[in-house]
Formats: sequence, structure tokens, C-alpha cells
Amino acid sequence: MKSTFTVYRFDPAVDDRHRYEDYTIEVESTDKILDCLNKIRWEHDPSLAFRHSCAHGICGSDAMTINGRIELACQKLIRDFKTANNFVIEPLPLFRVVKDLVVDMEPFFEKHRSIRPYLINDREPPETERLQAPDNQADIEPALRCILWASCTAGCPMTRARDGYLGPAALLRAFRYVMDTRDTDTDRRLDELDSPDGVWGCRTMWWCTDVCPKGIPVTRCIGQIKRLIRKRT
Amino acid sequence: MKHEFDVVIVGAGLAGLRAAVELGRSLRVAVISKVFATRSHSGAAQGGIAAPIGNEEEDRWEWLMFDTVKGSDYLGDQDAIEILARDAARTLYELEHMGVPFNRSPDGKIAQRAFGGHTREFGTAAIKRACYAATRTGRVILDTLWEKSLQAGITFFDEFQMLSLMIHDGQCGGLIAYELTTGELHRFHSRAVLLATGGAGKIFKTTSNAFASTGDGMAIAFRAGAALEDMEFIQFHPTGIYKLGILISEAARGEGGMLRNRDGERFMERYAPVIKDLAPRDIVSRCILEEVRASRGIDGRDYVHLDLTHLGRTVIETRLSDITDFARTYAGVDPVTTPIPVQPTCHYMMGGIATDTDTRVVIDSDSTPLAGLYAAGECACVSVHGANRLGCNSLLDTLVFGRRAGKVMRAAVQAGGGAAVSEAAAADRVREIEDQIAALKGGAGGERTAPIRAALQQLMMEQVSVFRREEGLSGALAAIGELKARYERVSIQDPGRCFNRDLLDALELGYMLDLAEVIARGAHRREESRGAHYRQDFPDRDDKNWLAHTMVRRNDDGSLSVFPKPVTIDRFQPQERKY
Repeated sequence: MKSTFTVYRFDPAVDDRHRYEDYTIEVESTDKILDCLNKIRWEHDPSLAFRHSCAHGICGSDAMTINGRIELACQKLIRDFKTANNFVIEPLPLFRVVKDLVVDMEPFFEKHRSIRPYLINDREPPETERLQAPDNQADIEPALRCILWASCTAGCPMTRARDGYLGPAALLRAFRYVMDTRDTDTDRRLDELDSPDGVWGCRTMWWCTDVCPKGIPVTRCIGQIKRLIRKRT
Repeated sequence: MKHEFDVVIVGAGLAGLRAAVELGRSLRVAVISKVFATRSHSGAAQGGIAAPIGNEEEDRWEWLMFDTVKGSDYLGDQDAIEILARDAARTLYELEHMGVPFNRSPDGKIAQRAFGGHTREFGTAAIKRACYAATRTGRVILDTLWEKSLQAGITFFDEFQMLSLMIHDGQCGGLIAYELTTGELHRFHSRAVLLATGGAGKIFKTTSNAFASTGDGMAIAFRAGAALEDMEFIQFHPTGIYKLGILISEAARGEGGMLRNRDGERFMERYAPVIKDLAPRDIVSRCILEEVRASRGIDGRDYVHLDLTHLGRTVIETRLSDITDFARTYAGVDPVTTPIPVQPTCHYMMGGIATDTDTRVVIDSDSTPLAGLYAAGECACVSVHGANRLGCNSLLDTLVFGRRAGKVMRAAVQAGGGAAVSEAAAADRVREIEDQIAALKGGAGGERTAPIRAALQQLMMEQVSVFRREEGLSGALAAIGELKARYERVSIQDPGRCFNRDLLDALELGYMLDLAEVIARGAHRREESRGAHYRQDFPDRDDKNWLAHTMVRRNDDGSLSVFPKPVTIDRFQPQERKY
């Protein structure tokens, strides 16, 4: 069957502002949206730019806006949409567009780096593994599903309203290290997160949870950090 | 633009990042990667990492070594495999100390599960040796190492494509890379270069590999004079989702999943009576296709069922969570109630850039090094996997030899090794690349990348995959020659400098064509069946004539030199391989 893709185009070398271009291609109901974009690139317009790599929802490269919703292009199939075979493809919101569907993710990773995203343990490790209760592993498990594709942060209304706000993805990673019983820097981490640009930037609007393709309860994880901070004072 | 570092690492998967973490702040280290670091394909590794830490049952490194040697169909070098097996437990604890969130057993220790080809007491029964984090083991190790690299102050150049090594007087002094967002060429001058660029699964039509897995590092090293080793050994993972090739981890069978044919028969019982569905991948892939050839595929078609329905919802949704999502999203089946349709999918290259056990790239059978150049992980052949890799051994390989590369490069740099490439030589190399890019952009040949690539992938799938024979392979070699001739006439359509994927596609196709030729040559020459290389016209292993590595080098005129290299056998003598 035929489908029409209306695709956001912007090439900084030639365009003053973005435009939309229509491509009509032959698709199968089981095609991923990513397959369709590749088909457009290979058969119609090789200059169309988008990121992609693993093509099965693990690497987190191909986040974009599909019919107004933030999605992973490789994790959505034609059959998942009831839009009469019409698709509007746009870049992620929030970030500067580099070209077409490619955005500048640096501000996202800058926030990620700022939360000290690594295990800190000031005690000498034992000869074998540090013990960790299975329950604690289960506590952090939801945060381990994160593939850093930035949908939650791009979709979060508060992130858009407040430049300095860490945003849900960085807070989720902070949650992963705050909760891990093997980390010994919890107090300092909570100090750092206890600010208007930290957890209190979150107003519990649930967008992050709603948009996450991995089913991570992001809002609830941020809420757990808030409770830990409240419990301290 | 010109950059100077002590060490440049190409590739931000597990091997590259483990080396980077090892070097830390002791030297000036850069990591360049064609995709953003956390998009590297190591992140797709699902099932686990092998380590004889014995948390679930008694285990010993010698048993892991034996399993790896036997799994390799005796083609793996036993000195390298001994290093791998002896270092496995330390590697695992080190990962845990870095913060990798492994699944835990009730007593708080790292949990372990069974995996294909891993046994106790030299093959007596399956053993629980795989340490895991649900079915996203590679992903959490990748995240941890990336974050440790940030902590260590490593400089990342993300979305930089290596185009060429700078080699002068037999010494590697850096490389030239293309910045994807600007189209600018960058010169990286360094005293050591580590290639950790991963595999090349995209040469085949059905693959679990990422779009980025086009073998760039192998091909660039090959063009620069390195030898490629054992390239004909390509692993087809038994359980890719039907038609899509998306991986369903061996962990599904490690947790008790079974393969069934159209009659509902658990057919692996017939082929591997002792460990059944947990036989190594080369064997299981062949058995699936044997069932298909005997018209016992599902509905008579070219796939079988992976049945998890007896495992129960809890096991499926907690220990196999990601693959459950894959089955639901892509195959439209819920594994809790319905078997998953699967068929073999191209997964891993056992071969690669020939190295010694200290990750130094070598150019011949006497292990003469190409000074300043190192390789580790899937792009390298050290060789620990021989003719067939066991599941859970690839992550171990990347971490053991990635760390080793870091140590060896630091020692070399601190000893004053590594000569600088002269400005003039570097400038010449940059000009050559500019000319090459200009030729692709201005070419009037009229050929396009996509159809040539599709023809190559189809050809390799049909003639050079699980079952091979003389006619098919000689035909494939001729066809690859024709595709290479067409490739010479490729002209790209996108003239731009910013995110020009059209240009990268064309360059990647060049790498894939070079590697495809080496793979087919090796497969054509090797008149025996061993591990993942199965010749229908030579169905038996032939140790008398073929217990040797295949080495391939490119001559100045573009022709190939193919020659053997002896296998190191110092502990386990070859035996018949039964499971």
C-alpha cells in the first residue's frame, strides 16, 4: 500500500527556515517508520538526514516526532498508527536542529554529565563482589532501561519553560545512583538535587512517564528522590 | 584541524571504552566514534558475560577454557584463550566494583544462568556461568564504562568517521577522520592507535547488527597493510526474529526455552542429546536449517518456533524483559502465550584484524607488528573464538583485551615508543582523501550506493552464509568482483557538508565490498567444515590439512595474498566435537 510522509527539512547551508516535503512510497503494515525513512533516503532523496543505528530500540539514536508524538522511529510500525497512511515526521522538540531530523543533543548530555553519573564508593572493594540485596537491584531496575534517547526531557513542559532545570532523564540517572546501596555519596547527591533546578523543577506533570517507550515510571522515580530529601529535613 | 594525543581509540563500544578507562588520566586520550558513544553496538548485547565465579555451582577457569577451545572447534589459540579464561573472574568483579548493576541471587551475590556451550567438568553437563542484567547486559556495561570515561576526563569526538590511518615507514602515527556535522577533515596525531570498531554484520541481508556495523576498522587496517585472520568464520545466531533478524538472546534457552519444529518436536534432543537447546550457536543454526530443509519448518516455511510458554510470566517478564518487548513489538506475539518465530541471523565475526595476545596488530604469520597500531574486540582476531564463539564470551573478550590494550599502549608510550608522522606526509594523506571525496561527489558514473549494497547483502546471504559449496562461492567471488567494478562508478547525490549520510553510505559500502571478498576467498579456499564454516561439499573437519588460521593481506596492486598461520595448541588436543 502507499503511504505519504510529510517530512521536516532544514539544511543550514541553503535554507533560511525549515520547510516540509512530501514523499509517497510503497509500504507494508509491518514496516518500521525507520524502514520508511531509509526507503525515502535510498530511493528518493539521499540528502535526508536522520540518526539511526541498531534499528530495534536499544541504541536510542532515532528519536523524533511522529504525527505529533515523540517516538523512536525503529520501535513504531506502520500498523501502530491509525492515520490513514499519512505520517508527519519532525525532529525532537526543545533542541536546536542541525539538519532535517538531526538535533544537537549536547545540552542534554551536559545535564547528564552534571549529576556525576557514576558509582562513588569511598571504601576499598572486597576481593569478590560487593553484596547488594535483590530488592535494591529491583529498585533501580526501571532506571536501567533508559537508553538516553531524550524523549522525556524533550517532551517535558517544565524543561521547556526553565533552561537550567536538569530535566527528567538526568534526574532518572541521579535516581539510579542515589538508590544504589553500593554508592556512598548519597548525602551529597541529595544536597545537589535539592534545588529549584534539581528535583523541585519537576511539577509532577507525568509527561516523561507517558512518553517513555521503555515503560519507565520516571515521575515516580523523581518523586522517590523528593521523598528522600523531605525525610532528611 | 589538527589534534595531538598520546593515544587515539577508534570506537566507543566495550573494548574501546575499557581501554580508555584503563588509560584514564595517565595519558592524553581521545575516543572517536562514528555514532554517539552510548549508541555503540555493544549496547545490544543481551544475555550475559561468562565468568567462572561459581556463585550458583562450582566452576573453574579451566572448564571455561576447555569450553571455549571446544566451542572454537579447536581453531582458537590456546595461549589467548587461557588469558581470557584466567582473567574472567577478576574482570567480572572489576565491573561490579565500577557499578555495573548485575542481577543478584537471594544472598546478594551476582546471579548466574546457563548459556550455550558452557559446561562443567569438561563437557559433562550445562553450567550456570553467565552473569547478567536481565537481557540488557551489554547496555548496562556500556553505560557504566561510558560514565567512568567521563569521570576519567577522556576526550570524546562523537560522530567522527575514521577514513584513514596515517602510516609512515611502517609505523602508525595517527589517523584522519571526517566530522559528520561539519564535513571537516581532522588529523589526529598520536603515538598509538587502538582500533575497537566492532563487526561487519551489515554485509549480510539478515543480521542482528546495527547499521553502523560495516567493518570500517577492519577494512581500513587491511588497506593499510594489516593482515585479516579467519574472516570466513561468521556466526549466525540461531534465534533472530523471523524476517527481521532482531536478536532473541540465547538467555531465552538458558532460562529453559526450547526450539520446536512444525510437529512441535524439541528437535535439538536429536542433534545434541546432552545439552540439547544449549548447544553452541553454529550447531543450533545448522540444525534449524536442516529442519527447514527436511520440510519441518513451521508451515513448511524457513523458520522454527522458540517456545517459552512453559516458563511462566514472571521469568519471562523479569529475566527476559527486553526480548519480550521485541517479540511483542516486532513479531506481534506475546511469548508468555505464543512461541516466537525465529531463524538464524548474522551476528558476529570470529575473524578480524590479526593481533598478538597483547593486542598488537600483526602483518604476517610470524607476528611481525605494525608498530603503533593495536586492535581489540570484535574487529580483532587474537584469536579466542576460533571457528565459533560461545555466547557470553564476546563481552568477556572486549573487556579482557580492551584493558590489556590500555596497559600495553601506556607502556609503549611511556617507553618513548611511537614516531611522529611528518606534517608533509599527513598533509599528503589529507589531500588524497579530499580527492577521494571530491571524486565521489563529482562522479559521472551514475551508479548508486543502495542497489549495489542490496545486491551484496543478498549475494552473501545466499552463497556465503550458513551452508556453503564450491559453485556458490566461486560464483560469489565473481559477483563481488562485478559489484566492485560497479562501485568504482558510484556518484553520490548529496553535495552538502552537514550530515552527509549519502557520502558515508558510499564509503561504508567500499569497506563492506573489500571484506566480503576476503570472507568469500577464505570460505572458498577452506575445503573442510569447522565451526561456523560449513561446506556441503566437504562436510567433515580436516585437522590434517586445515587446522590452521587463514591470513589474508592485500598486495600493492590490490590482489590478495592468502596464507596459513599455525594454531597455538598447548593444553587441549583436538577431539571430535559432540554435545
